[in-house]
Amino acid sequence: MQQQRQSSTVATARPAGRTLDVEDVTVRYGLALAVDGVSLSIEPGEVVALLGPSGCGKTTLLRVVAGFVRQAAGRVRVDGAPIDHLPANRRNVGIVFQNYALFPHMTVAENVAYGLRARGMKSADIEARVARFLGIVQLEGFRERLPRQLSGGQQQRVALARALAVEPSILLLDEPFAALDRNLRLDMQIEVKRLQRVLGLTTILVTHDQDEAMSVADRIAVMNQGRVEQFDTPLTIYDRPNTLFVNGFIGTTNLLGGHIAALADGHATVTLDAGATLQVAAPAGLASGAPVLLSVRPEQLTLSAEGGPQRWPIEPGLSLPLGSQLVHEARTSDGVFLKIVEPRRPVPPPTGRSYCALAPDARPSLFPRPT
Amino acid sequence: MRPLLKFSEWQLALPLGLAFVALFLAPLMLLVGVSFFDDEKLTQPGVASWAKYYGDPFTYKVIADTLLLGVKTVCTTVLIGYPLALVYLDLPARWQRVLLFIIVMPLLLSVVVRTFAWIVVLGREGLVNQLLLSLGVISEPLRLLQTELGLVISLTQIEMPLMLLPLISVMSRLDPNLRDASAALGASRWRTLFTVIVPLSMPGLVAGCLLVFASSTTAFISQTVIGGVRLIYLPLVIWQQALIVFHWPQAAVASLSLVVSVLSVIAALSWLGRRSTGYVHG
Repeated sequence: MQQQRQSSTVATARPAGRTLDVEDVTVRYGLALAVDGVSLSIEPGEVVALLGPSGCGKTTLLRVVAGFVRQAAGRVRVDGAPIDHLPANRRNVGIVFQNYALFPHMTVAENVAYGLRARGMKSADIEARVARFLGIVQLEGFRERLPRQLSGGQQQRVALARALAVEPSILLLDEPFAALDRNLRLDMQIEVKRLQRVLGLTTILVTHDQDEAMSVADRIAVMNQGRVEQFDTPLTIYDRPNTLFVNGFIGTTNLLGGHIAALADGHATVTLDAGATLQVAAPAGLASGAPVLLSVRPEQLTLSAEGGPQRWPIEPGLSLPLGSQLVHEARTSDGVFLKIVEPRRPVPPPTGRSYCALAPDARPSLFPRPT
Repeated sequence: MRPLLKFSEWQLALPLGLAFVALFLAPLMLLVGVSFFDDEKLTQPGVASWAKYYGDPFTYKVIADTLLLGVKTVCTTVLIGYPLALVYLDLPARWQRVLLFIIVMPLLLSVVVRTFAWIVVLGREGLVNQLLLSLGVISEPLRLLQTELGLVISLTQIEMPLMLLPLISVMSRLDPNLRDASAALGASRWRTLFTVIVPLSMPGLVAGCLLVFASSTTAFISQTVIGGVRLIYLPLVIWQQALIVFHWPQAAVASLSLVVSVLSVIAALSWLGRRSTGYVHG
């Protein structure tokens, strides 16, 4: 099984990453369950984002892997071997914190050398390793600076060099881009992704920013209330969310209420409260007549001037040009506000489009309506 | 709208400045003035008081004993206080409040009460001796009162808040991620303590040492009540000269020598402290 995994995702030229398995991990803070039976199986060299709102347990799970928090139940394995009995300083895990946690009284070079000194490495080797990793993060000229003399992006690169210099088996990133401004954040995301690729490091990224998770991660574990709601590739999560929570947390969506009129071979005929009848793919576990919510992304809706059985009437609202896109606001007859996005063309769209429909390639998701 | 009164910033500090001049600087100048008289009636200006004081070899022993008492008290408060501050940091918030109350409690009691409590504890029939005797550790009661050991023990307890409060205030401002970062990089607890926590808590440690040193070298009541008359420190000399012999020039000279010797140790300590500050908010 080990071999299968290695050949499946990582090219042989790269240094071999480790597998990381989280098995039924549960963490309690007093009576509250911070992490509730989470299992994740992470491939060598893979970047997995733990995505969720604050308090969903994502940081706690990261701290379990790092060894800062002891789990009440469950195991963590690296390359198949349990690491639960090891204290944090024997796990060989690299971690970058949101506030970087650089040692403020040490120079850049001393910060990077810290983990190597702790391992009792010879000073000539430490020197070479520090030079190499400061080169990798492009901070050769900043060796003797103190952290407070660096910009946010530079501090983060030092934190990254410090974590990578000890050649960790797993890299943990705890909201590492949150404190950076927008442009710098994108640069650093690319930088981290590049380094991670080169080193073939199995990486966990904790974030509450869906765009960050989408752009950096190979797979995303969407967490809510201590549980993993869905663990899949970013595109699968965007296109086929498992639950209403995932659906709402990733991307923008429109929710239309309705009932299932008929069910046949995985397809449902849905009567929308807004006044249309649609054929959509139905997940298992829905019965005929059940109240449902149909989730449609804004780019999967179109506007037209004429009605029809699969179109529902709307009351058009504001239209906002956002760069290359045109965002329309509309209100259905049952009072739901819709957001519709279409590409902006040189000619302004015709007025009087008071019907809405699914785009031909739309893949809406159907969820049971919570009561 | 124009403000009715317009203050620049230095004017706001004026009341405090005036109070300092009137209550602190003026008496100090007076003290210097008084010290340059030869007789107790303050009629004969001269340097005889200074010459007599510093001509006496006993003076140097008293100064040395006083400073040494301060150093010993600082050492014991650091040795007990630093680990206690570390324990404090690791406690849950509720227990931190309990511990903080216990730490601050000595400050809420009068010095006299605290000192007399120590007499009860350290005396021949006191708590410590009773306990050691009943445990069979000793067969004769130990002499703790009127010894330097007993004095250092009680000063350690009395001065402890002055060490702990600055230490805790600096330490609790340290980023808790630093300890985790250090551990994740492979450092043991001891390495983390000595390479990260101790250097970063230096400003608090130095401030605590300054306060304990200044307070223990001048703790007249504790020194005389627990140390007794055979242990002579500078505050006792000043008191004797001022209120028993009534030789004010002599008392002024002794006072100034206490001020200067304590201040010079404090200046050295705070120079060390300045070199280590600046990291905490960095």
